[in-house]
Amino acid sequence: MAKILMKGSEAIPEAAIQAGCRFFFGYPITPQNDIPEYMSARLPKIGGCFLQAESEVAAINMVYGAAAAGARVMTSSSSPGVSLKQEGISYIAGAELPCVICNMMRGGPGLGSIQPSQGDYFQATKGGGHGDYHLIVLAPSSVQEAVDLMHNAFDLADIYRTPVMLLADGIIGQMMEPVEFHEHEQRKLPDKPWAVTGWKGDRPRSVVNSLYIEVDELQEMNDRLQARYKEIQEKEVMVELYKTEGAEVIICAYGTVARICKAAIALCEEKGVKVGLVRPITLWPFPEKELKEVMAQESVKRELTVEISAGQMHEDVRLALNGMKPADFYGKPGSYTPTAEEIAEYILKTREA
Amino acid sequence: MLWTNIFAGFGGQGVLLIGKLLAQAGLYEGREVSWLPSYGPEMRGGTANCSVVVSDAPIASPCINMANCVIAMNRPSLDKFEQNVLPGGKLFINSSIIDKKATRTDIEVYYVPCNEIADSLNNPKVGNMAMLGAYIEATKAVDSKSVLDALLHSLGEKKAHLIPLNEQAIELGKQAVRDQIK
Repeated sequence: MAKILMKGSEAIPEAAIQAGCRFFFGYPITPQNDIPEYMSARLPKIGGCFLQAESEVAAINMVYGAAAAGARVMTSSSSPGVSLKQEGISYIAGAELPCVICNMMRGGPGLGSIQPSQGDYFQATKGGGHGDYHLIVLAPSSVQEAVDLMHNAFDLADIYRTPVMLLADGIIGQMMEPVEFHEHEQRKLPDKPWAVTGWKGDRPRSVVNSLYIEVDELQEMNDRLQARYKEIQEKEVMVELYKTEGAEVIICAYGTVARICKAAIALCEEKGVKVGLVRPITLWPFPEKELKEVMAQESVKRELTVEISAGQMHEDVRLALNGMKPADFYGKPGSYTPTAEEIAEYILKTREA
Repeated sequence: MLWTNIFAGFGGQGVLLIGKLLAQAGLYEGREVSWLPSYGPEMRGGTANCSVVVSDAPIASPCINMANCVIAMNRPSLDKFEQNVLPGGKLFINSSIIDKKATRTDIEVYYVPCNEIADSLNNPKVGNMAMLGAYIEATKAVDSKSVLDALLHSLGEKKAHLIPLNEQAIELGKQAVRDQIK
């Protein structure tokens, strides 16, 4: 199929539909309203259901319901709206159900701004709601990658019975880039015998629940989750290594910021300084091993994390490196998107210092 | 080649559209492209801009600070973005409504009377296409045929009769640049 020019927040819902998503529940918030708009036009025509709920809390609980019935379902929102969904997300994780949540991050805290941000890294990767759970968190850095990751997102959710989050920023949503919707290799998916689809006496009753009053039973559920998270960490890490071989400085950045860093790397190259990039595509599981391997090269003197945050992913970088080499941070919280020029300047300046 | 461009103007002047047409035309010619609109609160105040990259190689960043080309359709855009033209780059000024000259001396400046061109064609809406014509003439970033294909894609068959008018506007914009180079 030929490439077409498409906005991220239209390409993402189209990819979700092609991945089999037929249910969407959401509540409007800038800058992701094109996603529900697209879904509202498409889903009714293909036998699906689009519903604009009365609130984010309602929307995520509708996702909970559709997921419990075994459907491929998603919701999308932006930072403050995703905060409202956290209770439901924790329930879905506790009930071990698959679904996809898209967060087009905007500046925070509070109502913040509508410009791009990366301030929800902690919320996305550390659980966000209450209890010991994780989401698989996917961070696209182009419209094409967002499309490709949507297929992964639904498959991963089904395979591991866990909510998966597509964590992007307003730029990915608003930007137009060429995309190609190609056939995706379908991973082997498990059946959903747990789904509540109406009992006809031909199988044990399915009960979807996240309440385990007995300590032992709750322990069992938590052990099951932790074992699953361990398996995800072992098998599902995705990362891009860009010009890392023989680099002097290694940048760690994700999403749109990683794109800007690639431009900064080119500027450094002009000055004869070799800089590489480790770009986590899965933020959780974090590509710890891959980052450490790159950093272990003799040529590498130090690491620099670049984020539109006060350094949230930088904490995971430092945990991974555990003092192995100096780890520096460049970025601001809120909505300030750094330019390639200033990142390059910072690298060159700190190099001389 | 790598073309990084900032298109800026009032909401309604069609700067987002000509940026989109450039991106679409680049795609038709097999290039890598990106189109990123400003979507902050400034849009609601009436000014609009977009960053467009057309490149032969994969595009590192769609976010542009310093651009090869800046297209200023109104005075606030010139005031804001003149400093964002890379040395040796190109600045396009809609001279119909911008009474100020460029202050930079290390760049090429083109004055394009977009509104006059549009008036001469009895259609005030095609001033943006005149500017796009000027851009194509000065940069050769894409062919005007690809731009017209992109426009047809955007207009749809029902409005295909508007293509010749837009083609004329592009041609007059090109002419304005040729006249200046002479």
